[in-house]
Formats: sequence, structure tokens, C-alpha cells
Amino acid sequence: MNNCEYQQIDPQALSTPIPTPTLPQPTVVVEKEKREKARKKWEVFPGKNRFYCDGRIIVAGQSGVLPLTIGLILVTTGLFFVFDCPFLVKHLTVFIPAIGGVLFVFVVISLLQTSFTDPGILPRATPDEAADIERQIDSSGSSSYRPPPRTKEVMINQQVVKLKYCFTCKMFRPPRTSHCSLCDNCVERFDHHCPWVGNCVGKRNYRFFYTFIVSLSFLTAFIFGCVATHLALRAQGGRGLMFALQESPASAVELVICFFSVWSILGLSGFHTYLVASNLTTNEDIKGSWSGKSGAEDTVNPYSYNTIITNCCSVLCGPMPPSLIDRRGFVPVEASSQTSATEMELPMLPVKKETNVVGGPALSQLPPHAFQCAQGTKDLLGSASRSPCPTTGKPQPVAAADPAVTFNPALISDPAAMPSLTCGGRHHSHTTSPPDEPRHHHHHHNRHHRTRSRRGRGSKRPALHISNPAYNASLSPPSSPGPRPSHTGARDPRRDSIVALH
Amino acid sequence: MATEFHNLQELRHSASLANKVFIQRDYSEGTTCRFQTKFPSELDSRIERTLFEDTVKTLNNYYAEAEKIGGQSYLEGCLACTTAYIIFLCMETRYEKVLKKIGRYIQEQNEKIYAPRGLLITDPIERGMRVIEISIYEDRASSGSSSGSSSTSGTSAR
Repeated sequence: MNNCEYQQIDPQALSTPIPTPTLPQPTVVVEKEKREKARKKWEVFPGKNRFYCDGRIIVAGQSGVLPLTIGLILVTTGLFFVFDCPFLVKHLTVFIPAIGGVLFVFVVISLLQTSFTDPGILPRATPDEAADIERQIDSSGSSSYRPPPRTKEVMINQQVVKLKYCFTCKMFRPPRTSHCSLCDNCVERFDHHCPWVGNCVGKRNYRFFYTFIVSLSFLTAFIFGCVATHLALRAQGGRGLMFALQESPASAVELVICFFSVWSILGLSGFHTYLVASNLTTNEDIKGSWSGKSGAEDTVNPYSYNTIITNCCSVLCGPMPPSLIDRRGFVPVEASSQTSATEMELPMLPVKKETNVVGGPALSQLPPHAFQCAQGTKDLLGSASRSPCPTTGKPQPVAAADPAVTFNPALISDPAAMPSLTCGGRHHSHTTSPPDEPRHHHHHHNRHHRTRSRRGRGSKRPALHISNPAYNASLSPPSSPGPRPSHTGARDPRRDSIVALH
Repeated sequence: MATEFHNLQELRHSASLANKVFIQRDYSEGTTCRFQTKFPSELDSRIERTLFEDTVKTLNNYYAEAEKIGGQSYLEGCLACTTAYIIFLCMETRYEKVLKKIGRYIQEQNEKIYAPRGLLITDPIERGMRVIEISIYEDRASSGSSSGSSSTSGTSAR
């Protein structure tokens, strides 16, 4: 609205009816709107991801320590090629840099693919879908003040599995899907959110992630072995290790980095190989969904094919599912034309008809601004075309959030029905750990989850969970003891309503 | 009531959206993509049960074919692994090929069977493979009041 200056209204200009001067305008306005309004879906994506290259590259909202990961890999491999390879080529074989090069290429490519690939994000439910689900829940639930816990049970391969309702995405999550609070998306076959690659690891990029950690463990082991050989060869003849280190100080750096990395990365690779062989996700393994911890005796993993080879093949060599969020498609225009049909009482009929084609979501904002701007007609049209822009971003979540707001204060679910959702807690244990352990220390804490307490992270959770307090009100689970019960009751409904409309 | 539409264009221009039916996923066989074949009651008067079930079963078969773990998918997976998955940038995967077939099938079904009955199937891929959305259209001339009320009922949750 920066062009709205006060102008002395000329009575002669007012005598001509408003629609007439607008007739030559629509084509100009429409073309400008066409250029402004034909937005791609990634521009209106409701999650916290960021997009580059016109939607081709998707990154999580927080890049985590991805630059550190890339930096460590590049520095270590660079030092290896510059300082160790010449000596080793002279004394041993030329295959050493060749193998190192191949491994390095594998590591970098799989790392970039893990970081920049859509992990399997589920698009949020359309308002119609959300309303349909709400109707089904209401018709079957009780009419007491507290709504019943929103879970649905399905039978998968003769195993009862509970599907939970996601309040952010307004749908019942498919099995093995989890909501990542860092990225604010539901991700299919959610494994974990990895700060080292700066992205969630889910159905679509798990194979890249696995390739990354396996090739990285080979690379670090290879570099460690080569550097040790290099130093041993230099120290031959009784000259000693210190002499060798003085001659090649870079090797010392590489040795330290690789020594600490090898154990953690090899351990992580082993852990994930176990997960692949049993067709589990990190999420399920930690929650103990199928190992009988949640109470039932005969819980078996309903997704496993019961042979290791088949499990491995299905996880790593299975068909590559497509991305469901269609980042580069155009935002559909007929989505809200029906809801805004009742608001179309404009005198500017030509403009309305044209903009209906290109800017459906903007239409509901058009009339009030058009009438409020009381200057010349040119400014009126200019402001009308410009004003929808800041708000076009999120018409759907705003409309759809309203029903959810009424549920948030009363969301406290039956503790027995909602098993603990620990991905939020685990995310924060991931994001807060790298500063503590600035080493190439992938998920060492991941495997120590059972021993290391998550309670120390409790104080950080309100600030980090602000995006989805409704989700986390049920997340503060009584099933895992600790000084956290205060979170359950302390949710401010007003904050919930404000945040739910983000 | 006569809701005869002869093609999709006619449907979109002369009809208004009355209601939407959502066919949910069927998870009884795991996380593979299958849709429930239960016939929704809203479509009772609009389409024959057998036609609807045929459509959903054919779609289920297509998705099963796309997600089948067999010789070809292993070959594709291993080839991709050895090339550090760069091949995914160049080649169209089998899943994508089957999705295109599904898109063509749905369009053909819409044109031949559903549009003449005032219905429209939305490709599940546009809804995140969660639901098959079937839009029910009313002829604007014959039912003005019902279309007005049902367009708002679609968005109001209570």
C-alpha cells in the first residue's frame, strides 16, 4: 500500500462511473497479477523447509551442523590427498588415491542427496479433507467437554496399530509416519531428524543416508589406515614417531579426526544395518514399539518380511517413491473460488472475472481493500492487486486452523491411549548435542538413549516446541518419568490459538 | 434429477460443487498404497457399486505394481546404488512411469464414467496419496439452494 497518497478528489473525475475507467486497466492489472499470482507450491509451503533453485532443492529449516560435516569431510580428505598421497603413491601404489577418490565422491554425493532430498513429507490435509475427518470423529465421539483422544486403530498383518491424529497437518498419520517438530512436517517412515545432514531421514532418503554413513565409515577407516601406514613408513629406521609427525603435521590432524570418527560412525553404521535387516526405524527402535515394551506381550513388527535379505532389499533397493509435495507445481486456483463466491459483490466485474482465473486465494482479500482505499481509481486498483500478496501465502492454514483452535485447550489426552511420542524430545537431544560434542560424532547419543537421560533437555522444550504446542501437550508423557508434568497443564490456550494460525 | 454432463468441460462450467467424498487408505496389508473398496453412502444414488469398486480395485492394482519388490526394482536399486544414485536425476523410475499410467487411467475413467454422472475423481497423488477425493457436482440450474449450503458445510467443521 505504499502508493496510496492522498489526492485531492476532483469532482469532475468522480462524475464518471467507476467501472468505465477500469476497463482499460484490467489487462495491465491482470498481467501484473498473472506474473505475481502464478506462484509455485514451494512458495506457499507451510512447513519450515527452505527451497532453492526454484524448488528443486529442499533443505530443513535449520541446517544444523551440515556445514561442519561438509567442512570436516573436505578438510580431512583434502589434507589426505595433499600430504599423504604423494608419499604413499611413491612408496606403495597408485590405487590409494584412486580408492580414496571414489569413496570421497560417494560420500559427498550421498551426503548432498540426503540433505537436499524430500524425506517423504506428507502434504497437509486440504480444508475439505480436514472437515471430513472432523465430522467422522465427532459423529463417533462423545459430546463431553473434553474430546476423546484422537487415535484410530487399524489391523496391519494381524497386528493392532494405533494411528494418531496430527493437529498440525489435520489428518490421521499413516503407519510409521511421524511429525518432525523441527521441520514442522509429517514425514513418512520417519527415522530421525539428523542435524549432521540438516534434514529429516525418512522413506525417500533413507537409502541415501545409509549409503552416506557406510561410505563415510569406509572412507574414515581407509584414511585412518593410510595415514597410520604413512607415519609408520616415515618412522621406520629408528627415527621415531615424533620425527614422522614433525615431517607431516597434517597427518596428525587427520589421525585425530579419523580416530574419533571411526568408532562412532562404524557404530552408527552397524546400528543402522541392524535396523535395515529387521525393517525398523530409529523411531520405533527407541520407543520400543515392537519389542514388547509398551505392555502387550506378542507384539511383532508387522512390516518385517521375516528374512534379512528381503528386509534389506525392500528398504535399500525398493522402488523409489515420488515426492508428494510437488514443489514446483503451480498453486491451484479453483481451491477457494467456491468459498469466496459469496463475497464477490464487486462493481468491478471485469477485474473480478480475470483475477478469478489466476489468483483464486487472493480473491477473498480483494473486496475490503478495494473499498477502503479512497483515492483515485488507479491507486485503488494498484493497492488491490498488491495487497493480497503478503497474505496469499497461507490462506488454507488460516481457514483450517480455526476448528483446531477450539480443541487445543482441551487436548489433554488419556495417557494410557497415547504412548509417548518421543521424536520431539529426541530432536532436541540431537540439536543440542552437537555444541557439546563437536566431533564427527554422528549419533552416538542416539544409541545411548536408553542410558542417557532426556530429562536434562526438558527445560529447553517449551521454547523449541512453540510451533506445535497442541502436539506437545500430548507429548509430555507420564509414561516416561521425570520433572516434566508441569508442561501438560501449563499450555496457554491463547498462545495455542495464536501459534496455530501460523 | 437430471444431472447429465457430457464431458468434463461442461461439468466444470455449468455445475457447482455439492460435496466431496474421501476414500481413505486401507492399511491392512502394511504401508503399501491401497484404498478401501467400501462403497460410500453418498454415492449411492449417483453411480453403480460395481463400477466404483472396479475403479478402486484397478487403482490398487496399479499401485501394487508400482511398489512391487521384485527383479526389476532390485535391478534399478542396485544400479542406482553403484552410480551413487545420480541415475535418479536422469532416468524416470518405474514408480513414476506407473504414476503416469494411473493419471491417464483416472482421466479416462472421469471422461467415460464419472463425468456423465456428475462426479470427478481427483488423482490421489495430488492429495499426498492419502485419499481418493471424489467431488460430487450438482447441476446449478436444478439445485441452487443445496449447492450454496453445501459449499459452506464443506469448510465449517461443526
